[in-house]
Amino acid sequence: MSNKKIPFSRRQFLATTALGAAAAAAGSIAMPSVLRAAGAPVKLGVLHPVTGALSYSGTQGRLGAMLAIDEINAAGGIKSLGGAKIDPMLGDAQSKPAGGVAEVEKMNSAGVSCIVGGYASSICLATTQAAARYDLPYVVDVGVSDSIIKRGLKNTFRFGPGFGVIANSALDNLVAINDGAGKPAKTVMIVHEDSLFGSGVAKLLGAKLPQHGFKVLESIAHPTPTRDFNTIVLKIKAQNPDLVIPADYYNEYVLLARTMLQQHVRPKGIYSVLGGAASSYKFVKEFPEAAKGIMDCNHWFNPLSDKAQALKKKVEGKGQFFTYEVYLNYSCVGLVADALERGASPDRAKLIASLASSTWSGHVMPYGPTKFVNGQNQGAVPCNTQVQDNDIKVLLPKKFANAKPIFPIS
Amino acid sequence: MLSPTILIPAVLNGLLTGAVYALVALGLTLIYGVLHIINFAHGALLTAAMFAAYFAFHVLGIDPYIAVFIVAPAFFALGYGLQRFVIGPASHGDDRNMLLVTLGLAVVIENVLLFAFRGDTRTIDVPYTFQSIDIGFTFLAVPRLVGFGAVFVVALTLWLIMGFTDTGRAIRAVAKEKLGAQLAGIDVAHIYAVTFGLGTACVAIAACLLIPTYYVNPSAGDAFVLVAFTIVVLGGMGSVPGALIGGLVIGVVESLSSLFLGESLGQIGIFLIFIVVLLVRPQGLFGAKA
Repeated sequence: MSNKKIPFSRRQFLATTALGAAAAAAGSIAMPSVLRAAGAPVKLGVLHPVTGALSYSGTQGRLGAMLAIDEINAAGGIKSLGGAKIDPMLGDAQSKPAGGVAEVEKMNSAGVSCIVGGYASSICLATTQAAARYDLPYVVDVGVSDSIIKRGLKNTFRFGPGFGVIANSALDNLVAINDGAGKPAKTVMIVHEDSLFGSGVAKLLGAKLPQHGFKVLESIAHPTPTRDFNTIVLKIKAQNPDLVIPADYYNEYVLLARTMLQQHVRPKGIYSVLGGAASSYKFVKEFPEAAKGIMDCNHWFNPLSDKAQALKKKVEGKGQFFTYEVYLNYSCVGLVADALERGASPDRAKLIASLASSTWSGHVMPYGPTKFVNGQNQGAVPCNTQVQDNDIKVLLPKKFANAKPIFPIS
Repeated sequence: MLSPTILIPAVLNGLLTGAVYALVALGLTLIYGVLHIINFAHGALLTAAMFAAYFAFHVLGIDPYIAVFIVAPAFFALGYGLQRFVIGPASHGDDRNMLLVTLGLAVVIENVLLFAFRGDTRTIDVPYTFQSIDIGFTFLAVPRLVGFGAVFVVALTLWLIMGFTDTGRAIRAVAKEKLGAQLAGIDVAHIYAVTFGLGTACVAIAACLLIPTYYVNPSAGDAFVLVAFTIVVLGGMGSVPGALIGGLVIGVVESLSSLFLGESLGQIGIFLIFIVVLLVRPQGLFGAKA
């Protein structure tokens, strides 16, 4: 290719794009202040991986966010902004960090006041950083990796719990459940997928379980996808542990649970941490027999909240499963709306300040009022659930429990 | 770990898994081995067939083992049409073009499935999903045993077709010497399409046998295809018994290597064998001279 084909020099390119960016920035700052007196809509970026490997989770997340936006708009919008409606700008991260960053750039140019979403840790790490360059407030919906909030980014807020909190709760709750039942479980086998998530869980549990009197017989790693779990189940059968701890994504979790049932391997308990299928209504509905009695420590809604139950009904009425992506995103959008309401401004800096001082309790999670320290919601905790009577019940925290543990299950 | 209580079930399990690999490989050995089309769309077609079996069960309530009699002919027609009207004309007789066309087809099929059904994983629950037969020291899952038996039936049928029918003779003639076959009055384009159709029908049968114990999402088929290519090379290009034995061998190797090396490294065994076969016996176990 000859140089002649490039119409712009680098200098020209920089000059024009800088001009464009300046114009866009001027537009987003100057224009709304004139229009907003009449309750002009507030733009909110709704960013999820709705295509690619994570598309199911991403679509569920988008559903939750859109339900919240519709409800807020139907109830009269942001009142302190003259009834301004929330105008969602949908983005697709394509299940890749780079895809997420590209959407952040687009949303920034379009003048959104805030972005909600991301889903996967890897995507959230990249998108929060991209948004930080523009001081654009970003509310992480799921992304459990703790590095997301440990980089000192002022724009980044995480409503849900991080991995450290989840893992520690999982451990404490396991000990509590086992002690409560008279310590029937002494030996453990961990089955985990071999990327960051599964290996992280396995490493942490492998180190800490012995301190609580458990003996870890073996930690079996497997790739994602794994076609066949028979060999792993044979190993489990040969060593006959009291407890099996899977840390897998949905597909492998289902295959493992089904293969265990086929091979008549029935430990005293199956206890998972962020288990792919363990607290999934889909799994319970499709394979009630394989799901029976499985315990999980995961994101979960407050079962005692009427608002949460109403939302569950609404989502199920749409023919969708009430997964954690739905209610976490629903709550995250509510969090932003509350901050807009209190701050009475769509200005990004004011919104960041308003989010940082949030004490919102109108969500559907068992977290109590929000309180952010360095971007992390301090009250955010996972729940311990168990599949009982073809439903998923909450065992812990006690304050939100609607069932007692059935342990050992066999 | 070396105790027979775990070793024998691992071998049996390898045989059961290998049977399904063999079925996928049977389709591939026809297309890849006979027609020399490196069919990258094989995995995507497997996925499509799994979706077909899924919906046959979910919407029409047809058991996958009955649906096979509808899905397999439908996929034969689909395969025939694809080769006759898309792959053949688009590649202008050049093998490299065929490779790219099938790669393109795979991308199209996978993304159409993704668009239509999202990335959601689907499973079916048939009454026999969890049934297993107790043979004393281990349990054998009924759906996997059915798959094992069906593979032999399919392989035998294919072997009979290839060996004793006019179509089979024509396929072999085209594989050996395309121009000569054409001079002898064989409609080469038709035979190409029939072979592709047979290969696709094999994949459809594999899909119906897999769906009771596996899951389907738009990329579910990919996991089987790389293994199937290995089996085709191991067994010998175009050899029906080769694909069958190759599949069973690879199944056992995979099972044992994941037992001894761990699941994450289990695949290594397969590809070590692949390399050894290429070095020592490039025509494969049952292959004719290259």
